[in-house]
Amino acid sequence: MMELVCPAGTPAALRAAVEAGAHAVYCGFADETNARNFPGLNFTREDMAEAVAFAHRRGAKVLVAINTFPRAGAEPLWHRALADAEQAGADAVILADIGLLAHAAEHHPGLRRHLSVQAAAANPDAINLYAEAFGVRRVVLPRVLTVAEIAAINREIDVETEVFVFGGLCVMAEGRCSLSSYATGQSPNMNGVCSPASHVAYSDDGRDLTARLGGFTIHRTPKGAPAPYPTLCKGCFTSADGKGAAQTGHIFEDPVSLDATDLIPQLARAGVRALKIEGRQRSRAYVAQVVRAFRAAVEAQAAGQPLPRSALARLTEGQAATTGAYAKTWR
Amino acid sequence: MDLTVGPNQFFWTAEAVSSFHAGLCDSPAARVVLGELVCSKRLPFWQDAIPPAVEALLAAGKDVALTTLALITLKRERKLTSDLFDMGLPVEINDLSALNHLPAGREFWVGPLVNVYNEGTLRWLARRGARRVCLPPELPLASIAVLAAAARDEGVAVEVWGHGRVPLAISGRCYHARLHDRAKDSCQFVCGDDPDGRDVDTVDGQKFLTVNGVQTLSQSIASMARQVEALREAGVSSLRISPQTGDFAAILAGYADCIANRLSGADLARALVPLVPGGRLSDGAGATGAAWSGG
Repeated sequence: MMELVCPAGTPAALRAAVEAGAHAVYCGFADETNARNFPGLNFTREDMAEAVAFAHRRGAKVLVAINTFPRAGAEPLWHRALADAEQAGADAVILADIGLLAHAAEHHPGLRRHLSVQAAAANPDAINLYAEAFGVRRVVLPRVLTVAEIAAINREIDVETEVFVFGGLCVMAEGRCSLSSYATGQSPNMNGVCSPASHVAYSDDGRDLTARLGGFTIHRTPKGAPAPYPTLCKGCFTSADGKGAAQTGHIFEDPVSLDATDLIPQLARAGVRALKIEGRQRSRAYVAQVVRAFRAAVEAQAAGQPLPRSALARLTEGQAATTGAYAKTWR
Repeated sequence: MDLTVGPNQFFWTAEAVSSFHAGLCDSPAARVVLGELVCSKRLPFWQDAIPPAVEALLAAGKDVALTTLALITLKRERKLTSDLFDMGLPVEINDLSALNHLPAGREFWVGPLVNVYNEGTLRWLARRGARRVCLPPELPLASIAVLAAAARDEGVAVEVWGHGRVPLAISGRCYHARLHDRAKDSCQFVCGDDPDGRDVDTVDGQKFLTVNGVQTLSQSIASMARQVEALREAGVSSLRISPQTGDFAAILAGYADCIANRLSGADLARALVPLVPGGRLSDGAGATGAAWSGG
């Protein structure tokens, strides 16, 4: 059966995911070492040890994401996170930075290493490099690849692949995007945040609601209409061509989220080992519902049965979903 | 401190590329990185301009390196990358996977699109043969200073993004094609219509981003004009000047005068405004990348 890797922003979400059928749960420490460094989220050292014990009692794994890029001069904070993850009994760590991978391979050789999507390893050469240099055992593929490309990659590598199937959708190569940094000074790579709420301001002129990020208008919606969160790359912008003809719209991507449920059989045929659900910032009720639906789907897939029609559609952001880069036409 | 001309990020005709490189021969630039960075589909249109440019630049005494693509996915792109190492020139890697093709013992340069955020990463690259590193543009000055110190110990030269629209993101999707209601595979090379990229503004008319095929850039022109002294003190040995249309010779001459203390940073900045697309500068010397220290 394909492994289902599920998000846990809090110990409560972790328990909910495990109880709903997650084969593995990923989470991070409450600091800038992980790429979901949001207020009120993540695990203390004590939480982590308890979470691992809980998951292990129920046969689930815990993967600890230490997937930001250590700040120059402050590497010990990230090195401590590695040691503490091993101490807590984590089944693997999810890393992106070369220096941190080298440190982990040297000082924690027994701790299984997965390559974070933040490393943006998008071809077999990159994956083989990480496997040979740092003993990486699994790679989370960036969301720039088609299913056919994923199948081709799997034919040329010896490590496992994991792909995102549901939740938020990055349209840029992850770990290589500083759009948020440009607008707010806070970035996924350095601070573990993208389009942070601390830099969002709403204004209401009685008719429309305007959402700005770092002072830049991301979108404006009529009052009463659903207003998506102002994630920079999902904003509504305007662009004129050389002749002055302007277009206004979602130039990078609509406010959609990823739903590759229907592609599970193709991804299985492409040799994908694990399916990942995005959403460590989500509630435990959401996590439980999504995990339950996906567990049923991977079981049906393994049994060669048709995938159950799920209630996932209404959980997606803005009620709209896409299969993203997995379909070639998306590009 | 010296000047490095980075690879042109945009899609220019072979003639435009040739005349641009010819202009660099008697410029104050110490080195030039050339080749296709953004989209492999563009290369057939101008690749014949590369060998004569290399020859002329080497004859003019410039150091020359060839860049890899920023995002390598297709089989032919991997082959292209592997072939770069057979050209007898240093290769600047802008996608880490290129290291898998590096012949044993060969030195290389690291471009701004490789994530070098800390000493551990810099040391690992140095021990693999990195001799120059252009740091990621989002790094704050404090990190640059720490990295430059570590680089000195490893014998690696540190460069920073000195001038030009900042490469902020790279994608599998082509935004230029999308603006023309086309997919990447049927783009009809529309990015060639915009030799400095196509501007994207907010719905309130704020100047914001620029799209360039699969790449997204800042719309403001990053300029380290006002940061030259601070960067020199931090141990930076070169400024990367990124190609643009217009009077590039005047831009290079301005930076050369500034690093030689013949022109103040403030005066250089003033001189740059009419020379850059859009006429707006940024240097990240504030809370955000878009900030400009010049008020």
